Amino acid sequence: MVKPPSADSVGLVTQHKAAFEEPLPLVCGRELPRYELVYETYGELNREGTNAILVCHALSGNHHAAGYHSEHDRKPGWWETCIGPGKPLDTNRFFVVCSNNLGGCHGSTGPASINPETGKPYGDDFPVVTVRDWVRSQARLADQLGIRQWAAVAGGSLGGMQALQWAIDYPDRLRHAITIAAAPRLSAQNIGFNEVARQAIMSDPEFHGGRYYDYGVSPRRGLAVARMLGHITYLSDDAMRAKFGRDLRGDISFDFEEVDFEVESYLRYQGQRFVQDFDANTYLLMTKALDYFDPAAEHDDDFSAALASIECSTLLLSFSSDWRFPPSRSREILRALLENNKPVSHMEIEATQGHDAFLMPIQRYLEAFSAYMGNVAREVGA
Amino acid sequence: MNPLRRELEIVADWVEPGSRVLDLGCGDGALLQYLIERKGVTAYGLELDPRKVTGCMARGVNVVRADLDEGLSDFHRDSFDHVIMSQTIQAVRYPDKLLEDMLRVAHHGIVTFPNIGYWRLRVQLLLQGRMPRSPALPNAWYNSPNIHLCTVSDFERLCASMGVQIRERRLLDRAHRSTPVIDLAPNLLGEIAIYRFVRGSESL
Repeated sequence: MVKPPSADSVGLVTQHKAAFEEPLPLVCGRELPRYELVYETYGELNREGTNAILVCHALSGNHHAAGYHSEHDRKPGWWETCIGPGKPLDTNRFFVVCSNNLGGCHGSTGPASINPETGKPYGDDFPVVTVRDWVRSQARLADQLGIRQWAAVAGGSLGGMQALQWAIDYPDRLRHAITIAAAPRLSAQNIGFNEVARQAIMSDPEFHGGRYYDYGVSPRRGLAVARMLGHITYLSDDAMRAKFGRDLRGDISFDFEEVDFEVESYLRYQGQRFVQDFDANTYLLMTKALDYFDPAAEHDDDFSAALASIECSTLLLSFSSDWRFPPSRSREILRALLENNKPVSHMEIEATQGHDAFLMPIQRYLEAFSAYMGNVAREVGA
Repeated sequence: MNPLRRELEIVADWVEPGSRVLDLGCGDGALLQYLIERKGVTAYGLELDPRKVTGCMARGVNVVRADLDEGLSDFHRDSFDHVIMSQTIQAVRYPDKLLEDMLRVAHHGIVTFPNIGYWRLRVQLLLQGRMPRSPALPNAWYNSPNIHLCTVSDFERLCASMGVQIRERRLLDRAHRSTPVIDLAPNLLGEIAIYRFVRGSESL
């Protein structure tokens, strides 16, 4: 028997699809002749259209941010902790929208979609999309939904970077940018991890230059390794020590194939589970979008100049044990906003969970996020 | 009159409308909200306690969770017109360095603190031989956040030694009144001290 969703969940949700027939010009110089975005919404858009919030997902996320697709779902959407009645993104007050990014593998146009020009899956021919491209595609979704201005655009990690890009590219179309556990651009170490992940995928013999769909296979082992690596960077050293320590599964095997340590078992499980519903080409695209995100690049590396024309208020949240995008990276965003006299708040939150903390029910985090959003709700009459 | 109100009003009187204000140890943002509403200032607060930071967010006051003991390195020189530190200087590790940093990020500084030279506190120490306590200093010695309490004379000496120029001083008594009598013996009769000062290089 499956237990019904709790009262603070949005419950059963269905996904929608929006089709865009107008070509989308991309930063890489190419264009998508047409595309689709799959998305979900929670709550109701008010009559004035002022209470809409766009939630942007991170590297491995998708449009299913909250609730359940069926009563048999074991797990809710990825940001269930923050979206729902009475939660920070309170669906009693706000209309929350989350779409799957272009290049994704959960329903939006991506590498596994059919290229209208060839009649075959795009594969490696899918253009490299950037955060800016995503934001442009999301703006068209907002047009379709009749949302002229978001009360807020919110996201963690890569999702937080999209919120920043929104603020830069469409200054009059959002009132608040909520950027959680993010950075103004990736460090060499960040890019290094992404490159190892990509190499793991591309060196899998079943990768076939990205055209693995044609062969009826997929680079599952490479993608699993990429996920295992990523997973380590999302956790803190302390969290891994607390969760696994050096616990053994059984006796030491003196064998490479066998699982000796609990942490190995956990990572292998995470890798195996991930490849069941994630596409390797999407992983390549998402990591590249992360690597390329750099609003300062167009302003002689002056991040402050990149933020000079934004009009929204910004909320920055960061977590003490996050070493992928540590609080010092959020402070870089803070300083650039302060240099421009932009309204901004920043709270570093003590948390042991590492980068993944932004998905976790951490009391201080949820309280601060709720307090901020409560004020946003009052401001937009939600 | 609400005693907190009186202190806020004096501070608010000194802040120019529409100016840029930084509040160090801003608590739940009450002062800044007051200044935003009454003076239309652009305001930011710094606060370490996460519950108070959350309180600021609930009011819609810009706030940065920060430890004042780490200085004001997030802010450039002359980022603000006024920098305020209300009832906080006695709780920081390096009051002199912070005072210097305040006048780096802003031209005008405002500081308020509980005067440990206030006569009732002196009497407590003299007669009871114990660490004084009062409505302004409610904690016991062992759990007080106040590690650098000072008197009116102490503060003025520090300003003089740093070349900080005090422009105005207001003292409030136990009833949070500012009467001419207090100025006869400010270090003895003032319970709350409120100062407005500027960088030393500036002429009066």
